[in-house]
Amino acid sequence: MTERNQTEKNSDKSTAARRNFIGAVAAAGGLAAIAPGIHLVQVSQANTPPRPAGEAASKAVRWGMLIDTTKCSSGCNDCVTACATENGINETVKDARQGSQWIRKIDIKEVKTGRSHSLPMMCQHCANPPCVDVCPTGASMKRADGIVLVDRHICIGCRYCMMACPYKARSFVHQPLTDQNPEVPRGQGCVESCTFCVHRIDKGQQPACVETCTKAGHNAMLFGDLNDPNSEIARRVAQVTTTQVRADLKLDLGVRYQGI
Amino acid sequence: MLRTFRLAVCALSAVTALVSTGAVAGESRVPKPAITIENPGKCVAPVDEMRRNHMDMLKHTRDKTLREGVRGMKTSLNGCIECHASKKTGSVLGNENFCQSCHSYAAVSLDCWSCHQPKANFKATGALPAGHDSPTGNASTAGAKQ
Ligand code: SF4
Ligand code: SF4
Repeated sequence: MTERNQTEKNSDKSTAARRNFIGAVAAAGGLAAIAPGIHLVQVSQANTPPRPAGEAASKAVRWGMLIDTTKCSSGCNDCVTACATENGINETVKDARQGSQWIRKIDIKEVKTGRSHSLPMMCQHCANPPCVDVCPTGASMKRADGIVLVDRHICIGCRYCMMACPYKARSFVHQPLTDQNPEVPRGQGCVESCTFCVHRIDKGQQPACVETCTKAGHNAMLFGDLNDPNSEIARRVAQVTTTQVRADLKLDLGVRYQGI
Repeated sequence: MLRTFRLAVCALSAVTALVSTGAVAGESRVPKPAITIENPGKCVAPVDEMRRNHMDMLKHTRDKTLREGVRGMKTSLNGCIECHASKKTGSVLGNENFCQSCHSYAAVSLDCWSCHQPKANFKATGALPAGHDSPTGNASTAGAKQ
């Protein structure tokens, strides 16, 4: 109890310091028209320092994403394009249903009221991932910081995990690939899904979709450490109502939606 | 009797062996892999160690990096590629190039490159092809329409 109080006090202090900092930046940056977008990037990047070489991902961190559906517009596909560019997804497939899809846009509508939303859907980085439960080889795995990945070195391509995922987040690569990003190995015969751009966040960068959404001025996506009370994302989820898709499944998702 | 015969055979084969070594001395008929070392002397470990243990080093790194998230280790496949890619083709693949020439010679299959990028400094360009570019993504998700 005492410990918790202590933590709360500390976090209050740093939150205050942080607010001052943001205030100062906002005041200084008032001259640039694109300032708000840029501030967001700078501030969120300050939250995610690169992990030093040789250091393993930490259990103390829980990477998460908050998607503000009120700012996400139907027809905008910027995050999907950014993902494909970053992760080298450019293969032509014979059957369109076989295309790899790490992130996709979905339009949903409340039938009774007619209220519609558009949102990106990708691997929700479940804390209790069914894809990991069913994998017969141990290839589908969760990293200490909550990122769910496929270890392609031992994936046998059985596609059990694709069946198990409630969010249709996984794809199977059907054809040989040649144009991979050196930092994002991917190939025929393995299942894959959104990695939260693990190669980028380990360097202290934002996932490609989030960076692009912010740079384009949509500001519908926010990424950060849910466990760090001073992070922008932790403060936002503490302030506004956010939803986990299919929360009834109790998978404890890393991706949360606001406004649905 | 049998023993004498055996001895004779041994002696004979020894002579044959000598003769055949003599015949190829100087110019070997055994093909050698054509390995160009682009940046000699810069490797993370001595040649002998690399020849014997590179696969274990890579396997160790791959597990550490992927499963534990450890970055910036001394050995890395991308590190190998950056240094060993052919200056002509930019790749470690191809009969004359670092990885493939030796692996073909030793008849050891090389699976890394079905997923990893064999070219140094390669910049991926992910232009989404047809079927991917529907704004709602429904075109390529069979079940998303439900
Ligand atoms: S959303 Fe699907 S792929 Fe991602 S962790 Fe959950 S079950 Fe696995
Ligand atoms: S396809 Fe690969 S990751 Fe998925 S369950 Fe099978 S072995 Fe595991």
